[in-house]
Amino acid sequence: MSKYLLDKFLFTVDRDPALVERYRDDPAGTVTWWEAEEANRILNCTTDEKSTWLAFTDEERDVLVRQDHVRLFEMGAHPFLTLTLFIAMFERDHGPLEYQIAYGKAMEHITLPYPDIAT
Amino acid sequence: MAQVVAVIASTHHPFYYRASTSTGADRPPFADEWVSKIETFRETLTRARPDVLVMVGSDHFHQLWLDNMPQFLVGKAPHYDANWHNEEREFGLPRMTLAGEEDLSQHILRNGLDAGFDLAFSNELRIDHSITCPIITLRPEHDLPIVPIYTNIFAPPLPQPKRFVELGRTIRRLVESWPDDRRVAIIGTGHLSLELGGPRQFGPHGPDPDFDRKAVDWIARGDLEDCLAEVTLDSLHTPGNATHGFMDFMLMMGVAGDGVAADHVDSLDLFHTMEAYFTWYPEGALA
Repeated sequence: MSKYLLDKFLFTVDRDPALVERYRDDPAGTVTWWEAEEANRILNCTTDEKSTWLAFTDEERDVLVRQDHVRLFEMGAHPFLTLTLFIAMFERDHGPLEYQIAYGKAMEHITLPYPDIAT
Repeated sequence: MAQVVAVIASTHHPFYYRASTSTGADRPPFADEWVSKIETFRETLTRARPDVLVMVGSDHFHQLWLDNMPQFLVGKAPHYDANWHNEEREFGLPRMTLAGEEDLSQHILRNGLDAGFDLAFSNELRIDHSITCPIITLRPEHDLPIVPIYTNIFAPPLPQPKRFVELGRTIRRLVESWPDDRRVAIIGTGHLSLELGGPRQFGPHGPDPDFDRKAVDWIARGDLEDCLAEVTLDSLHTPGNATHGFMDFMLMMGVAGDGVAADHVDSLDLFHTMEAYFTWYPEGALA
């Protein structure tokens, strides 16, 4: 399992407004495209110098396609990245703070210690 | 030599800008009290008549990323653009450009390295709300040159709390040995108990009001002995999953000095998190 690659997906999608919309509208297509084209891109390097070894596990791919923020937390994805991206995608469908409160409530069964987020 | 004329520590709440500038039905009920406390806090910096600001904060996965993550980083650039797309999107923060004080950056880097801190540096740094929030609250004109210093409180493995304290002590010594006659304020922001993206987020108070009360007391009294005896990398998970940002408060206690009580202490209990504001005036600072 690669917490790093989950985080890299969340990070690179969050900072690109068009990708945020694309992931909101077409999660499966966006995850497939991202893994094929972007997962191995080293962010500070040219495309000729990309990595060769990064890929999602089936579970990681599935949780991103289902946009399951609870499971992402349980898998150790960085909570700040998940929260920021999911607010960008879904807050607009709710009243003030309603989405953020529901987001936490969906995780109320999770107790300390939380999953390790070290990559 | 330069004079440290104020040491300031606070939380960096990204909602302040929108709350304080909103009007009518959009203005939250707590905004007036919050603005009043911030204006009082701002006056504590204004009174010190600073020429230069050293700003301690933490990048929130904006420019610093997991493929290349420094623990402590000093900006050395003539200008710093500020705030990022997702901070505009979520918090309504404005884009800004601040001037840099490169000579002090160079002094801190050279002498920090020689003092045992292997500081990373950046010649092109776009700063985020951990530094622009205190600019907005304390110096909204953003007319003074800055030296930004980033710490990693965000992407484990993190440095130990005692290392943050020691860096704070070192920054104080380094600023006071800068061969320049300007007045320098050292400002840093962190968190009290905070949960982001977990089950305890966005509650009616911070996730751990008991920790917050204890933390405010440690900072107000400059009680590094008790604070260091109790706070560990493991213990900071308990008050909330983003509470490691408290280590930036510990850094600022190191800047202020062991056992030195703050001259201004204030706090505000908000939903999601407690706000807290502290100012120390070194001896002779207001002369």
